[in-house]
Amino acid sequence: MGMKLIVLVVIVLAVIAVAQFMRVYELSSKLKGHKEEDIDLKTNNINAGMMMVFVAVFFASLLYMCYKYGNGMLPEAASAHGQDVDWLFNLNWIIVFAVFFACNFLLFYFAYKYSYHPDRKAYYFPHDNKLELVWTVVPAVALAFIIIFGLMTWNNITGKPSEDAVLVELYAKQFDFTARYSGEDNKLGYADYKLVNSDNVVNPLGVVTKGFIDSSVVKIERDIMSWQDKLDGVGEGTEILSAASEIKYQADIEKMGRIKERILTMEQAMGDSIYSMAEDDFTTKTTLFLIKDQEYQFIFRSQDVIHSAYFPHFRAQMNCVPGMRTKLKFTPIFTTAEMREKTGNPDFNFILLCNKICGAQHSMMNMAVHVGTAEEFEAWKADVNVSGVAYVVPRPEAEEVEEIAEDISADGNEDENEEDLDEDVQP
Amino acid sequence: MSAAAAHDHGHHHKESFITKYIFSQDHKMIGKQFLVTAIIMAVVAVLLSVLFRIQLGWPGESNSALSFFLGDTWAPDGVLDRGMYLGLVTIHGTIMVFFVLTGGLSGTFSNLLIPLQLGARDMASGLLNMISYWLFFLSSVLMLYSLFVETGPAGGGWTIYPPLSIYEEATPSSGQGMTLWLLSMTIFVASSLLGSLNYIVTVLNLRTKGMKMTRMPLTIWAFFITAVIGVLSFPVLVSAVVLMLMDRTMGTSFYVNDAIQGGEILEQSGGSPILFEHLFWFLGHPEVYIVLLPALGLTSEIVSTNSRKPIFGYKAMILSILAIAFLSFIVWGHHMFITGMNPFLGGVFVFTTLLIAIPSAVKVFNYITTLWKGNIKYTPAMLFSVGLVSSFITGGITGIILADSALDIAVHDTYFVVAHFHVVMGLSAIFGMFAGVYHWFPKMYGKMMNSKLGMVHFWLTLISAYGVFFPMHFVGIGGAPRRYYDYSVYESFDTNQLEMFIDLNEIISIFAIVGALAQAIFIFNFFYSIRRGQKAVQNPWKGNTLEWTTPVEHIHGNWPGEIPTVHRWPYDYSKPGKEEDYCPQNVPLEEGEEEDH
Ligand code: HEM
Ligand SMILES: [Cu+2]
Ligand SMILES: [Cu+2]
Repeated sequence: MGMKLIVLVVIVLAVIAVAQFMRVYELSSKLKGHKEEDIDLKTNNINAGMMMVFVAVFFASLLYMCYKYGNGMLPEAASAHGQDVDWLFNLNWIIVFAVFFACNFLLFYFAYKYSYHPDRKAYYFPHDNKLELVWTVVPAVALAFIIIFGLMTWNNITGKPSEDAVLVELYAKQFDFTARYSGEDNKLGYADYKLVNSDNVVNPLGVVTKGFIDSSVVKIERDIMSWQDKLDGVGEGTEILSAASEIKYQADIEKMGRIKERILTMEQAMGDSIYSMAEDDFTTKTTLFLIKDQEYQFIFRSQDVIHSAYFPHFRAQMNCVPGMRTKLKFTPIFTTAEMREKTGNPDFNFILLCNKICGAQHSMMNMAVHVGTAEEFEAWKADVNVSGVAYVVPRPEAEEVEEIAEDISADGNEDENEEDLDEDVQP
Repeated sequence: MSAAAAHDHGHHHKESFITKYIFSQDHKMIGKQFLVTAIIMAVVAVLLSVLFRIQLGWPGESNSALSFFLGDTWAPDGVLDRGMYLGLVTIHGTIMVFFVLTGGLSGTFSNLLIPLQLGARDMASGLLNMISYWLFFLSSVLMLYSLFVETGPAGGGWTIYPPLSIYEEATPSSGQGMTLWLLSMTIFVASSLLGSLNYIVTVLNLRTKGMKMTRMPLTIWAFFITAVIGVLSFPVLVSAVVLMLMDRTMGTSFYVNDAIQGGEILEQSGGSPILFEHLFWFLGHPEVYIVLLPALGLTSEIVSTNSRKPIFGYKAMILSILAIAFLSFIVWGHHMFITGMNPFLGGVFVFTTLLIAIPSAVKVFNYITTLWKGNIKYTPAMLFSVGLVSSFITGGITGIILADSALDIAVHDTYFVVAHFHVVMGLSAIFGMFAGVYHWFPKMYGKMMNSKLGMVHFWLTLISAYGVFFPMHFVGIGGAPRRYYDYSVYESFDTNQLEMFIDLNEIISIFAIVGALAQAIFIFNFFYSIRRGQKAVQNPWKGNTLEWTTPVEHIHGNWPGEIPTVHRWPYDYSKPGKEEDYCPQNVPLEEGEEEDH
């Protein structure tokens, strides 16, 4: 409170001081017969001079920042296409810097050089077709180059992956990523959002297997039953429902009934053969482990809102959109160890950041990325499986389904994401 | 119209305080109403940016300014709440883009200058014009009010991408805060449409005798084309918003497909969040030019007047405006390269986007050539115009990087984008607006603003503006995502970069605070001069356009006698063979004088 009072007093005093100053200024300009619209020569020259001072400081500060923060920039691109992107960046930088320096210099220099002088008259120069043609055509040609090189790289980035690209799915939800490896068969099992259990324990990615279909249906039926019980007023701890919650339960019962129908229709449409694709898939939430020089084809999905998978070091980024499967491919070309050497930073790690606003915790949504050799990958895979961080998508047997349904209502959240990133990336 | 009739028009009905100052239908008064409202909105938007810059500059540190303005709810112990951080960013962006630089800029200067520079007694419809202002006022109030709702203002970014903005379960700010945002923006669009239609009709029908389209000042050309862009693009935003309202309240699925919210499986299926992005950016990109073109128009006029030299390449300037306007409708996809859009389509958008660089470059070269061999007077308006050209160059060229999809994939949604659009659109438009206020203040209030204060204001603003946004490029190329509350995540993967972000973010925040304080000089100068400024003369800058032939005291109908007839283009400055270095549009051509441009 005291603080606010002091601030207030200071403000009031400042206003009074300024008002006094203005009073004095007004009087003196009246005495001198000064008119606001007449900028006197001296003031005009000061402003003109400031133009040159400004442009010098402006350019100097750019160069200084390039020098000082050059090593804080992203390190060398760690993906095959990223090297092309960086090359293209450099080409564009040359053009951008040239135009930046030239145009700003001319602007401020002319602003300085042609400042007002009473003895001079401005040069009447309304237009010049030749000149205008030149500076339409020159940028057009420069842009043609930029476009051609840009599109070549773009086609390269977005083209079809090669036959032996490894398929990996990245599944985004508020506020983490889950990676699903396609396993031996290099095929990802189908997934459907309706099979994601609401408490995210059993099938967080909604992978479609016979077992998961059954368990979802069981869960829906149980839910419907328990709501119906509430409506009917049976069961333990019965309470009188308000009209609003009665309507809500009724609506939920109908809605989940419809969703159940959709699940069953889906099951019929799918047939038996596809379930096997999911069997060797395995997921992990802590680290995305990639093999050096192996091409990857990523599939992105999202559960709730739009996220974006941003890999700054690989110069790659793709949105994760609910209800859509987006794609991106890249090939890591340096291992984490090699990058640590390159950057001279023993703590360096690759990372995957969420880069589309997705809620209050947006800035904390990320996943560690580790690049190693094929052997390291196998070791890591065995290790994470043992430690239970990742798991192979199971095919529940018929009896298991009942158990799972039991689990759903019984236990809480066994979220395994809380481990320290740093420890995890060291294989 | 005869002199007697004009007289009639001017003084016949005594105006009450209410019809003169509040429900005025006079374009000059409405222009001033827009300006003052926009200034208030700008103060709020700047304050919001200072608040979240404090968090970015000194993350997690307790700050008494934060507790002072946000209280315990949103800044417990003086540390900004994460959700509120996004709310502040969202409302800051929305206010700046729509309320300050669309409503404020077009609203003020189109209203003030279109009738005055064309030689019209008022807008085509004074009533619609008045309604347009009051809708603007209402939407401003709603937007400000949304800052005070319990769950916070809309916090999904000014682009309000669904499904985040649809479900309260996705983020609490998508509840009441978002509803108010949608409501406010719908009313805002209605206001903007009424205004734009009015501007278009006035320009087409109410030009005085001799005011051919090719004799219109570039200001009018810019306002005219801006209005056309607005009429063609804003309705698309309204449709997008209406569909979103239906998704929010009626369970439709225009933008929703197979999602889970708050643990609940939604039934909605078959829609697409990307559809919203297409609709939004179909407005969103033209909006950039709605913001920019008026500023370019105003400064074209100011640069020419104060260089005492015709604007170079008048026709090329008009063609550039037309080309930019046309192209602005076919480039929206450059905001969506990485949404999973077909790569070929992405390529097409790369092409169209880079084409825009050509007319933009032409404009820059023409500005620079106008200065060349001029006789430049540094009024505050002229200083800000030079600032605009600089920021237009500096911000424009980084657009080349972002337009290139292969590069955008690396810097999309990073601070590089934030730097780019602030410099090219934010700074340019704000500089243009300041220039306009300094230049036409005598026309608005019959007084002069203090020029020394104006100069101090300019230099502090220019330096701190670049001080804020220049280092942001480095932060962005370093890979810092935007809309991040802090960068603590970098601790676990790259401390080199974290150090750079901490360094630069602090510098940026200091400049932001200095820059914000510098605006107090302007606010003071503005309001002080309205009351006590030196009395203006009729044509203080020795300009050629028709507004300087009206009397200093405002009268209804603008000219006491007949409306002047136009005989020449507006840029006859320092024409050879003339004694004075200017020659107003209403001066007839002399014997043998040619009108060449
Ligand atoms: C007072 C000086 C200003 C400062 C210090 C400032 C700073 C910022 C910062 C730091 C952000 C957050 C970027 C992010 O996290 O994505 C932001 C967002 C934004 N600003 Fe400004 N800004 C200023 C003036 C302006 C102006 C003049 C405009 C007008 C175009 C503007 C328009 C925006 C927009 C559209 C956004 C994006 C909001 C969003 O992400 O939803 N700002 N500003
Ligand atoms: Cu996210
Ligand atoms: Cu755009």
